[in-house]
Amino acid sequence: MADVSKLPMSTRAFMKLYRWRQLKDVACTPLRKPLSESRVALVTSGGLVVPGQVPFDMDFRGGDPSYRVIPADVDVQSLEEYHRSEAFDHSGIEADKNMAMPLDRLHELVAEGVIGEVAPRHLSFMGSVTAPGRLTRDTAPKAAHLLVEDEVDVALLVPV
Amino acid sequence: MSLLRSVTVKVGPPRALYVPDYFFGFPLGEVNNPTLQKSIMKAAFALLSRNDVPVLEDYLGERV
Repeated sequence: MADVSKLPMSTRAFMKLYRWRQLKDVACTPLRKPLSESRVALVTSGGLVVPGQVPFDMDFRGGDPSYRVIPADVDVQSLEEYHRSEAFDHSGIEADKNMAMPLDRLHELVAEGVIGEVAPRHLSFMGSVTAPGRLTRDTAPKAAHLLVEDEVDVALLVPV
Repeated sequence: MSLLRSVTVKVGPPRALYVPDYFFGFPLGEVNNPTLQKSIMKAAFALLSRNDVPVLEDYLGERV
């Protein structure tokens, strides 16, 4: 089981003192159509990039707030991981990129009729953004707008 | 998806599925296990029918 006690002591100490941001006025967005007709996008905090894209900046003070666009037709296993956190075991993602960006599974769910279609663009962030001001003010709204442009009905956030 | 129930409770996203049996770095359970990975994803998608947000449910098993 993943719980706080399994984290390194330094991470636990950080989490104890961290000022967690809380969503205010949690939005309730009902699904507008059946899931079997919905367009689905993935959002990961796994720090994955397409080969050739600029890697995430491991040394960015407060955490790199940028994101990378992952096209739906990418070879999932070709994605490269750039995540600075030492708080999780990276071996799972290294062995199977679907653990963080399950695009293969999404395509299979379309074939099975569970979801309607795979969105053309998906998003990858690198977690460990301890100072999320730039993220919440700048890059996250831009990323959300990108999904709106693509008329995405459902976004699944896969953290690591 | 959520790997840390306590953090998800603090942040309060509209709909979240906590996976209590899996460790950090393994949000979809097991590598190269498409059946389990899809089962977890289906359980997350099932929360879309819930409008009594915020919703935080545990993944309790296969939904194949």
